[in-house]
Amino acid sequence: MKIIVAIKQVPERDAQIAIAADGRWIDEDDLAYTINEPDAYALEEALQLKEKNGGEVIVLCLGPERVTSTLREALAKGADRAIHVEFDELAALDTLAVAKMLAEAIKPESPDLILTGLQSDDLGLGQTGVVLAELLGIPHATIIMQVERTDSGLRVKRELEDGWFQHVDMPLPALLTIQSGGNKLRYATLMGIKKAKSKQTDTVTPADPVAPSIELAKVYLPSKQKKTEILKGSPAEVATQIVEKLKFEVRAL
Amino acid sequence: MSGVLVITEQRQGAWNKMSFEAVAAGLELAKLIGATCSAAVFGSGISTLTTDLAGKRLEKIYSVQHDLLADYTADGSVIALEHAIKQAAPDYVVFPHTYQVRDFAPALATRFGQVLISDVIAIHEGPVFVRQLLQGKLNADYRPTALASSATPCFISVQAGTFSADSVETGQAEIVPVELTLTADQIRNQPGERFRESAQTVDLSAAPLIVSVGRGIKEEENIAIVQELADALGAELAASRPICDNGWLPMERQVGSSGQTVAPKLYLAVGISGAIQHLVGMKGAKTIIAINKDENAPIFEIADYGVVGDLFEVVPALTKAILAAKS
Repeated sequence: MKIIVAIKQVPERDAQIAIAADGRWIDEDDLAYTINEPDAYALEEALQLKEKNGGEVIVLCLGPERVTSTLREALAKGADRAIHVEFDELAALDTLAVAKMLAEAIKPESPDLILTGLQSDDLGLGQTGVVLAELLGIPHATIIMQVERTDSGLRVKRELEDGWFQHVDMPLPALLTIQSGGNKLRYATLMGIKKAKSKQTDTVTPADPVAPSIELAKVYLPSKQKKTEILKGSPAEVATQIVEKLKFEVRAL
Repeated sequence: MSGVLVITEQRQGAWNKMSFEAVAAGLELAKLIGATCSAAVFGSGISTLTTDLAGKRLEKIYSVQHDLLADYTADGSVIALEHAIKQAAPDYVVFPHTYQVRDFAPALATRFGQVLISDVIAIHEGPVFVRQLLQGKLNADYRPTALASSATPCFISVQAGTFSADSVETGQAEIVPVELTLTADQIRNQPGERFRESAQTVDLSAAPLIVSVGRGIKEEENIAIVQELADALGAELAASRPICDNGWLPMERQVGSSGQTVAPKLYLAVGISGAIQHLVGMKGAKTIIAINKDENAPIFEIADYGVVGDLFEVVPALTKAILAAKS
């Protein structure tokens, strides 16, 4: 099975975020980046499917030169090769434009399966996978916890709300968006890192993007929904204050 | 029409209650732009629901009935709603941001050359749609680049709990059936029955006191200090998703959109930053106390009391103080 995993590079979760001078995105200078977490689970699922069924795993990422570090990490974890769709002005793209660029890079590969995370940790629109499937004319399923190869294609376990699940049978080729937590993530081994150096990364230049249909006009710090009283002092002092609240306000003690 | 079309959600003849939150959002948007608001319901065996919806203060109810829509599929939903939207020709299409909508709405918007503005938390003059970025660390104003029109409608989905379903007034709407051509071969996926992993033995929704733990706990063996705090307080122990994903606590103790929704007297969040998927599951708590090392963590936006500090120092001190207060 030939599997393409579309991954995104996003700011690290603990990164200190500052709003950019133009007020339309965050300041990217000195920002530490990493693989989008749900995409890491998509990569893990792809590697496990390859271990079970054979085939090839190709990682695909759109972005400026910096994203090649995330692609290299994926190669070190076991992906066979990488495709870098090189484009610097990510802010000029909406989801549809991103998906079109990814679709163009995917088409010549004719994969059996495309995996990606269910949403990104930065924009969180949660749409690239579904739009990509629509553009490629293949079926999709979202928020997937498990993937099994069947005679007719795939059986996937889809997460629903409130702790419910559902199995869905689907033909190949197909696209799945993967939920976090379905598998345990692997680390890159020293051997893997060494091997990654000789693996192939193709760089492709996308066609000019379509004009976006939505725009991010402004980013800002959220206003508080409640007035939070910050309790200050040593741990013991803070504990005493909380106990007071628990006694007299919450009446839990 | 022009104006706003709300797409509701039902399963086997029962409403998803977020449908009426989306209707409330649609009415608010319609008021802002000085237009009318209609709604659509799609599925099989939905005549009762259609009548129910027609009893709300809406312009028209577009009813899309088809046997092939009995079980949800993305393909069936996209085709059905493409018909409904073309017939209704709205400027804005509003959805509840459910798991089901996340599964099909992006593909539907693509068919109109548009992008869904998902998980909206507020609508302002303009109209401007507010959504969260970076797990709630920032808010962002989004707007369509061109004036939304019936040829290029703007698609938005609204977050659970942001618009009040109770605000929807009664009225009388005209029911409009939607002509739909849909054949079995257009539906590529075969959905199976819904199931739950195991009988839920922990009902967090009934717990008056909850101590909940998140990523900040760092290691599995550290869970013990939060368990001790919960025990001292006589509270149920709960967790955010990553803790359950790691297998450090069972899935049935997970609070959030994919776990349980709780509204206890006290929710004490330990090392939980407050990603939106978690907040929707607990923002109804009466008193929220949060302990987190990051003063900018979104949990502090909804907490009544906050402690910015090291949980490994604060939690044991709190357990000690509670035990002392009880003795």
